[in-house]
Amino acid sequence: MTRWRMSDAPIIAIRGLTKTYRVGDVEVAALRGVDLDVARGEFVSIVGPSGSGKSTLFYIIGGLAPPTSGSVHIAGRDLLGMTDAQRTELRKSSVGFVFQKYNLLPTLTARDNIEIARYIAHKNGPLDAGFEEVLKLLGIAGRLDHKPRALSGGEQQRVAIARAIVNHPAILLADEPTGNLDTENSAAVLELLHDLNHRLGQTILMITHNPEAAAYGHRIVRMRDGRIE
Amino acid sequence: MVVENLKHRPIRTLLSIIAISIQVTLVLALVGLSRGMLNDQARRAKGVGADILVRPPNAALVISGGQMLAQIIPAIIDKTPHVQVATGVLTYGTDLFNYVTGVDLATFDTMSGGFQFVRGGPFKGPEDVMVDQYYAAQHKVHVGDTISIINRPWHVSGIYVPGMLARLVVPLSTLQDLTANTGKITMVYVKVDRPENIGPTIAALSDRLKTYKVYSMEDYVTLFSPANIPLLTQFIGVVITLGVLVGFLVVFLSMYTAVLERTREIGVLKALGASPGLILNILLRETALLAVAGSILGIALAYGTRALIARLMPGTLIQAIVYDWWAIATALALVGALLGAVYPGLKAARQDAIEALAYE
Repeated sequence: MTRWRMSDAPIIAIRGLTKTYRVGDVEVAALRGVDLDVARGEFVSIVGPSGSGKSTLFYIIGGLAPPTSGSVHIAGRDLLGMTDAQRTELRKSSVGFVFQKYNLLPTLTARDNIEIARYIAHKNGPLDAGFEEVLKLLGIAGRLDHKPRALSGGEQQRVAIARAIVNHPAILLADEPTGNLDTENSAAVLELLHDLNHRLGQTILMITHNPEAAAYGHRIVRMRDGRIE
Repeated sequence: MVVENLKHRPIRTLLSIIAISIQVTLVLALVGLSRGMLNDQARRAKGVGADILVRPPNAALVISGGQMLAQIIPAIIDKTPHVQVATGVLTYGTDLFNYVTGVDLATFDTMSGGFQFVRGGPFKGPEDVMVDQYYAAQHKVHVGDTISIINRPWHVSGIYVPGMLARLVVPLSTLQDLTANTGKITMVYVKVDRPENIGPTIAALSDRLKTYKVYSMEDYVTLFSPANIPLLTQFIGVVITLGVLVGFLVVFLSMYTAVLERTREIGVLKALGASPGLILNILLRETALLAVAGSILGIALAYGTRALIARLMPGTLIQAIVYDWWAIATALALVGALLGAVYPGLKAARQDAIEALAYE
């Protein structure tokens, strides 16, 4: 069952988004007027060559970087003009990240890597029963007491996915989630993302270079030179 | 997370804790030494058995040399009502921490009840010296040995139980002649017939001796505190400042490298929604834990320095355990360490999340 509904107000609504970086004395335009709507429960794959602006778009939607101009509405909130503290709050409550290099904290067990996200979001107490089911779905329920160095790449990425969704974010942002995985583990992770979207209605934006991975999305957005084609 | 981070780099954590503990031990050992040695001097002054002490005008707390004429005893002190016995002593510094005391054994024994000997006995000749057990142990001295003090040989006549006067006691007249203080003494110990007569005797002596300082022994021993030793408080202050500075530098370097090493992790925490305040908080809590662990180790090491000093230099140095300084030394370690963590902590808190995530 696909839960995204185009009739609803989009969870991500972007109009005329630009982003300019200053590198030394040179201004670099990373985004040159991006328009994009993503419906609640949609799984969107973003593809494009290096330097096309995919990561910049990803960081702006995730509240890691401020936009230069245009409007970016996430769950009804406009990111333009948000303070650093407001963007921090957005990351805490509305966005979950999955990175290519997993980015688990090496000093913590898998369980604590998940718990740290809850701690930051001021959510204490035991994990809810529903999330225990998600851990089973991710296939890491028996590996939670291990530190990242004792986990395979596929397991680490599944822990990272668990960490990204433990606070029930409105949007899951995945940046090349299979970039460091072999074919088998890549397929497993993509299936998981598909399941999370399909079963739980999780909105997902996934950056990828891999056409097979991109095909898991409901639609593919292609970027080039800071614009959507 | 704080504990796990520290466990993740055990060598760096251990070195930081050891460096902080050295700072704490330094403070506790120095304060303990000053207090231990002053307490020992007070105890030895009390051990003489006198009720009153007469000292020259304008005398510092620790004095040596012939600063008053021995004639003051028969001329004035012995004639004061209630005075049972008065004995003058001459002290002469042999090095920074030790001095030799010349006594008139006849009057001194009347006052104190005499030295208690563990070996040998009182001096019989002018070139005899008596040493206490601490001195004998530290310098491996035995009765019958010849030792050198003030550039001349002395024959050891006896070894006595510590707790009275100096660690080295020689005949008064010999020391007076040897140090060009013939007929002179450093101070006079006075014993009165009954305790209730101490006050009136002090009043009478003060009246007759005018500018001389006349103390009850009870009052005199209370003067043995670091505040009354010139420059000691300042010296302790300098060492404490250096200690805090060392703690600051060690933690600064440790935390700075930790922040560089954890750049990517800090980026991850920021991506998860951690505020700059939370990141600073994590680093400061790690630092506080290092400082507390270093302080506990430092306190334990202070017991070690005391045992080492007691074993190697029992006749020269005495270190007291200064419980009241445990909290002060811990607070100083915390202040130094937290100051050292502020800059690395702020650097981490202000780190750009995207750059941090891209850090290899």
